[in-house]
Amino acid sequence: MACNSSGCESGGCYGREKDNGCKVVDVKETVRLCVKCKSNEPMTFGDGGSDDGRFCAECFRSNVYGKFRLAVTSHAMITPSDNVLVAFSGGSSSRVALQFVHELQVKALKNYEASRDRSLPVFGVGVAFVDESAAYPSLSGGMSDAIAWVRSTVLSLSPPEKDLHVVPIESVFGSDSVEARDRLVKLLDSVSDETGKEDLLLHLKMLSLQKVASENGYNRLVVGSCTSRLASHVLTATVKGRGYSLSADIQHVDARWKVPIVLPLRDCVWQEITRLCHLDGLKTVELARHPQSGINDLVSSFVALLQEENPSRECTIVRTAAKLTPFYFNKIPETDDSCVPMATQRRLKKFNLKYDGSMTTEAFCPICNGPLNGSDSSEDESDALYDACCSSCRFQILPQEPSSLDHFGSLLPHHMISQVKHHQKFDSQTYLREKIKDCLLLDDEEAV
Amino acid sequence: MEASEAKIKKQGASRLCCLCNQRRPVLKRPKTLQQICKECFYEVFEEEIHQVIVKNGLFKSGERVAIGASGGKDSTVLAYVLSELNRRHSYGLDLFLLSIDEGITGYRDDSLETVKRNELQYGLPLQILSYKDLYGWTMDDIVKMIGLKNNCTFCGVFRRQALDRGAALLKVDKLVTGHNADDIAETVLLNILRGDIARLSRCTSITTGEDGPIPRCKPFKYTYEKEIVMYAYFKKLDYFSTECIYSPNAYRGFAREFIKDLERLRPRAILDIIKSGEDFRIATTTKMPEQGTCERCGYISSQKWCKACVLLDGLNRGLPKMGIGRARGGVNGDHQKETKKPASAARSLESKQCGSLDF
Repeated sequence: MACNSSGCESGGCYGREKDNGCKVVDVKETVRLCVKCKSNEPMTFGDGGSDDGRFCAECFRSNVYGKFRLAVTSHAMITPSDNVLVAFSGGSSSRVALQFVHELQVKALKNYEASRDRSLPVFGVGVAFVDESAAYPSLSGGMSDAIAWVRSTVLSLSPPEKDLHVVPIESVFGSDSVEARDRLVKLLDSVSDETGKEDLLLHLKMLSLQKVASENGYNRLVVGSCTSRLASHVLTATVKGRGYSLSADIQHVDARWKVPIVLPLRDCVWQEITRLCHLDGLKTVELARHPQSGINDLVSSFVALLQEENPSRECTIVRTAAKLTPFYFNKIPETDDSCVPMATQRRLKKFNLKYDGSMTTEAFCPICNGPLNGSDSSEDESDALYDACCSSCRFQILPQEPSSLDHFGSLLPHHMISQVKHHQKFDSQTYLREKIKDCLLLDDEEAV
Repeated sequence: MEASEAKIKKQGASRLCCLCNQRRPVLKRPKTLQQICKECFYEVFEEEIHQVIVKNGLFKSGERVAIGASGGKDSTVLAYVLSELNRRHSYGLDLFLLSIDEGITGYRDDSLETVKRNELQYGLPLQILSYKDLYGWTMDDIVKMIGLKNNCTFCGVFRRQALDRGAALLKVDKLVTGHNADDIAETVLLNILRGDIARLSRCTSITTGEDGPIPRCKPFKYTYEKEIVMYAYFKKLDYFSTECIYSPNAYRGFAREFIKDLERLRPRAILDIIKSGEDFRIATTTKMPEQGTCERCGYISSQKWCKACVLLDGLNRGLPKMGIGRARGGVNGDHQKETKKPASAARSLESKQCGSLDF
C-alpha cells in the first residue's frame, strides 16, 4: 500500500479530501470481515498485539484448538488407553491446556457412548497442582484460596470426572511434611546462586509431578508450555552453557522421564493463549510471584523487548532451535502394552511415532536430567556427584568448595542421588588393556 | 577500630594479589573477578592467549600472517600481543598489518592514523586497501544512497572480500582478526534470533575458511572485551576508541546490551554462550552450502554471483535493496529480473566493476 497517511487501515485507504479540504469517508466502505471464513465480524481484543481484528471469534478459537489437536495426533500424545495427568499452575497456559484436554475427552466420551462395539476406550484425565509455598513463603498467604479455586475449577470440568492431586513441592523428600519442608529449606539455603536456586526448584517441581503421576497410575504428563515460554528457555539454556541438551527440552515429547511429558500447546504463542482465556472467559489465578532476580528474569525482559521490536521473534527463536537435532527420547516410547487398541498400534507404527526403549545411549545429569555431552566429563574423579553432573549444574547448583559436596549430596532427594551411584565412569583404556593383558610383553603402559 | 578494619578489607589494601601473593592488587579481573596486580594480569592475559594458539594449532612456523588492523582496541592489542608472543615463544611467524579504509569520514580516517602509528611502534609492515579503489564506493557514498538501515550489511560483506584481497596482495598464508569472546557470543545470539542455523554451526569455529582463499583465525575467541580494554589501558597502548558513526541502528545492539547486563550478573556467561554454540546439535548436512566461484569476479561464492557483486550491482543500478533480505525466485533471482529493465537510472552512475584481481 502506497498510502502514507497516519492511521491508515491496512485494508486500504478510504479517506479522500473534498475540494474544501475536509475529509470524507467513502460511502461504499466495506464492512470488515474475518479473513478466514469471510462471513463473520472479526474480533478485536484491543490488547495492542499483532493480528488484532482479523479473525472472528469462531475462527480464532478453532485456529488455536486446531494447533493443539494437530500436536496431539501427530505426536501420539494422547491415545485411547492412556491415563493423562495435566500439570495445572492456575496460569493461562495450563488453563487452556486443561480446557482443551477436557474438550478432547468429552468428544471421546461422546464417540464412545455413540459407538456400538465400544472398542476405543476413553482416556482418563487427572489434574495436578504443585504447592510451592514451602519454597516461597510469600505464597502461603493466598495458597488455600488458590487451592480452593483450583478444586472448584476441576469440579466444573466434569463429566468426565477428574481427580485433583495437590502436590506440596517438598513431597519429593517423603511424606512426613514437617521433615520434608525442613529438608527443602536446608537444600535451598545451601545453593548460593540465585539462578541456580530457581532452576533447582524447577527440577524439584518436575520430580514432584513425576512422583504423583507414577504413584497414581498416569502414563502421560501434559505440560502447558507455549512457544513464548520455550523461546525464553532457548535463550536461558544458551546463556547457561546448556547448548547440547537444549534440543531435548523443546520438542513436543520428552520421554526421558518415567512418565513421558507432552507439550500440546508448543505451537501456540502467549498472545493467542491470553486472548483465548479472555474470549472463553477462562479464569486464571496469578499467585504472587517471588521476584526473580537472576538470569531467567533478565532473559524474559530481553525477549519482551525483542517482541516489541518484532512480534514474530519468539516464533523465529523456537523455529531455529527446532532445527537442532532432537534425541531418541523425543518420541513416545514403545511399550508392550496389550491394552493399546490394535488400530492405535498400527497407526503408531506406520508413522514411526515411537522409539525402541532399549536404545539408552545417553547419560543424564542427576539434578536437571539433561543429557550429558561427552566433553563435559571432569578430569579428576574427586567426587561422584561432581562427576555425574553437567557443567551448568556444577557451576550454579553444586557448592563451589569440594569439601561441601558430600553434605550437599545428602540434602538432595533420594531420586536424584540414587542416579549418581549407578553412574560409573567407563575407562575404555583400562577395559581394553584388561582384554589384551595376556598378550602384552611389556608391563609399562608407555610402551604402547 | 572494627569499622576501619572492615573498610580496609573492602578496599583490599590488606590483601595481596591472588596469584603472586606479593604485590598489591590494582584490578578485579573481569573474567574471574580475582583481585590481582598489573604484572599478574599481563601474565595471565598473555598466557591464556598463548594456550589458545597452541591448543588449537592456529599457526605453523614460517607462516606469513596478516593481522586485520582497524586501529581499534581489539586489533591494536592483537598486534601487540601477537608480536610479543611470536618473539617470546618463537612462533616463527612473519607478521603484517592489513587495514581497510571504508571511507567513513570522521571515523575511519582517524583510526587509520592510529594504524600508521602502530606500524612504526610495533615494526610491522602495513598495507592499506580502500573501498574506493576496490569497489568505487565509499561507505559515506553508500549511506547517502541507502540510508542508515542495512548499511552494516554492505560494509561487512565488502570488508570481508577486501581483507581477502589484501591478504592475497601481501601473499600471506593466514589472516587473524581481533574478534573477541563478546563478539562471538553476540553472533551466536544473533544467529538464534534470526533463524540462521547454518551460520550458527560455523560461527563458533576458531578457524574458518580453510578450504577458501585465505584461512582466518580468531586468537581472542575466549578473551573478554573488557579484559582487552583493561590490557590496552594499563599498557598505555595507542588505539582509537570511537564507535562507528553508522552503527547505532544495528540489530547487534540488542544482543550487545543484553550481554553487557548478563556479564554483570554472571561473568562466565559469555564463555557459556560460546560453549553452547559449540555444543549445539546441528546435523552436518545443514552446515556447508555448496561452494563455487562468482561468475563476475571469481571470488568464492555459494551462489552464481558473490554477495559483494550482487550488492555492488544494486548500488550501481540505483537499486539498493538488491541483495538485502531473502532471495526471491531462485538464485540471485532479483538480478535476473532486473537485466530486462532499461537501466535509465544507472546511466548517470558509472558502471563500477568489482576489483580486477583474479582468484
